[in-house]
Amino acid sequence: MARKSKEEVTDNRSSNEIQQRAPIPTNGRSAHDASHLEMTSGHEHTAAGGTLGAAESVARRRFLGWFLGIGTVGVAGALSVPLFRFAIDPLLRVSQETEWTDLGSVDDLGDLSTPQKKTISITQLDGWRKVNSEKVVYVIKGADGQPAVLTAVCPHLGCSVKYVDDDHQFKCPCHGGKFAATGKLISGPPPRDMDSLESKIEEGHLKVRYQSFRNLVKTKEVMA
Amino acid sequence: MRWLDERTGIFHLADEALNEPIPGGARWSYVFGSGLLYILLSQIVTGVFLAMYYVASADHAHTTIEYITKVVTAGSFLRSLHSYGSSAMVVTLLVHMGQTYFFGSYKGRREILWLSGLGLFGLVILMAFTGYLLPWDQKAYFATAVGTNIAGEVPLVGNWIKELLRGGTEMGTLTLSRFFVAHVFLIPSCIFLFVGLHVYLFRKAGSAGPVSEHPIMPQQKAEQFYPKQVLMDIAFATVLIGTLGLLAYLYPVGLGPKANPADTSFLPRPEWYYLPMFQWLKYWSGAYSVIGIVVIPGIIALILVVLPFLDRRLERRPWKRPVASFSFAIVFCALLFLGWQSNYQDTNDPSVAKQITKQDSLANAFMTSPFVPEVVGGSTANAAAALSPAAKAGKGVFLDNSCDQCHGENGEGTDKAPALLGAADKLGPDTLVDRLLHPTKKASDAGMDPVDVSDSEFHELVAFLQSLKK
Repeated sequence: MARKSKEEVTDNRSSNEIQQRAPIPTNGRSAHDASHLEMTSGHEHTAAGGTLGAAESVARRRFLGWFLGIGTVGVAGALSVPLFRFAIDPLLRVSQETEWTDLGSVDDLGDLSTPQKKTISITQLDGWRKVNSEKVVYVIKGADGQPAVLTAVCPHLGCSVKYVDDDHQFKCPCHGGKFAATGKLISGPPPRDMDSLESKIEEGHLKVRYQSFRNLVKTKEVMA
Repeated sequence: MRWLDERTGIFHLADEALNEPIPGGARWSYVFGSGLLYILLSQIVTGVFLAMYYVASADHAHTTIEYITKVVTAGSFLRSLHSYGSSAMVVTLLVHMGQTYFFGSYKGRREILWLSGLGLFGLVILMAFTGYLLPWDQKAYFATAVGTNIAGEVPLVGNWIKELLRGGTEMGTLTLSRFFVAHVFLIPSCIFLFVGLHVYLFRKAGSAGPVSEHPIMPQQKAEQFYPKQVLMDIAFATVLIGTLGLLAYLYPVGLGPKANPADTSFLPRPEWYYLPMFQWLKYWSGAYSVIGIVVIPGIIALILVVLPFLDRRLERRPWKRPVASFSFAIVFCALLFLGWQSNYQDTNDPSVAKQITKQDSLANAFMTSPFVPEVVGGSTANAAAALSPAAKAGKGVFLDNSCDQCHGENGEGTDKAPALLGAADKLGPDTLVDRLLHPTKKASDAGMDPVDVSDSEFHELVAFLQSLKK
């Protein structure tokens, strides 16, 4: 109150107004509570007329403080549950099975003495959109003589590996990883051979299921 | 704590904040101002999270809201909370403002405090207006079309304001971008400034206390803000937010079909708190509309602005201020009447009622249909945008030689010739070249001539054909 009583009393209008009007008592409830609680602490106010002992009042204020603090944290915590679930929603989605992509007739592949580069288009769910993205794969002659498919994604840090005809090697343009025409690791930083993709031959057509794999690990792991 | 206090002074700050004297003691009728702060907080938090998925563009906005509503975990709940929150904001603000007016709490050196409050009122109304468009569904689109047309009624600068709001003469994706920026950046920054000013000025002037209290020199026994008023404020806020949460959970806010500007039968209806204004506009036509749309609301706004300067008496008790109290009651009843009248007309005109029922059922049908992701990169139009330079040049060759006349602009095929999408992959490069130079009998019978262009053009054409994927 100190702050307010300092305000100019010279204002004629306001002093007249005060005289005109007798103080009207507040209603019983708040008057009663006010007498209990008023001015029990605070630097600029003098403790006047509090009926509670100072120690008791401090204890009560402290209890209320804890009550409010815990209550607020509790309510905020409850409200943040939907917020948190909303934010991590993309992590909760399980990636759907990728479909088989047709790489064309096996007869058109030739003898596969050198790996053949193929660009495939796969459909992926990207949040609220469906994206057709282009991926590069190489068709090679597998160990059993049947066509096999390698992904061009380097198992090191994910650059696109390129087949260099003159050297009969796959070379990674980023960090110098080298692989044999079979995809076997020759040298460089990659931790494992090039990743083969699941493939099958149906009615004379080679089909592949495109997947992504975890980088920088020794063994091939499908990314969820 | 002492360590922290010595460095930050939080004890002093907390003292300042909590030991505010309230003349006449804590009361339930004082909870609305801080209630507004809590709703604002909820709107900010939910709004920020919604922006995580929302895209402000005419071709994606509706899809992303649909995705939030139908797919994302808790998305429907948070969006509903944000939407109900806006209604709660307007209601609580009207109560807060009405109370300040009715209780004469704007008196006694509180002119700037009152003005900053009016500013906040305007900003909140703008927030409601701009936020309403963002879902880009039918009712959002048409409500905003009407709203921006109202702005166009302002004399002299009206048309300019309308085009500025819309980002052109017509509603479109630029309108959406503008409304988004206003809703998320411009208006909120003004709100933060005004809230700061409002709270500061409130503390400077001090709590006005009950109507029997003197506005400048309080006479009644004061009680500190903490703990009783704080408890009341927080209890009110908890009930308020809890109610909104329950509403959002039990009655999620719907989404209508995507905005279709060509739909002439759609009957736009604004959010319920705009209904009185909506109804009011029906009574003003032709040359007089400027009176109803601009002049009268302008006069009311002006009265509110000059109110604390005109009414210099310090008397606060409503029964001693008959003019103020009666005009308040009249305006309040008029608003209620207009809102009721709007609803009455809608439900009693059979054709209107039928159309509105139809719109509601369309919206419901849309809400229950499963989410369909937007397909990107698959359409021929998008494919053309992502062509390699050779393929792009090849498209020029394709068009120059009128291949598009029969095979379609993007090789999609017409009734004269088959589609070329995926044909190059199917044939393989050698067969493709062969077919271009020596068309099959079936093709040449249908009008396909051997391709006769330079070698480089031929390569480009092949590149283009190979770019045509299924």
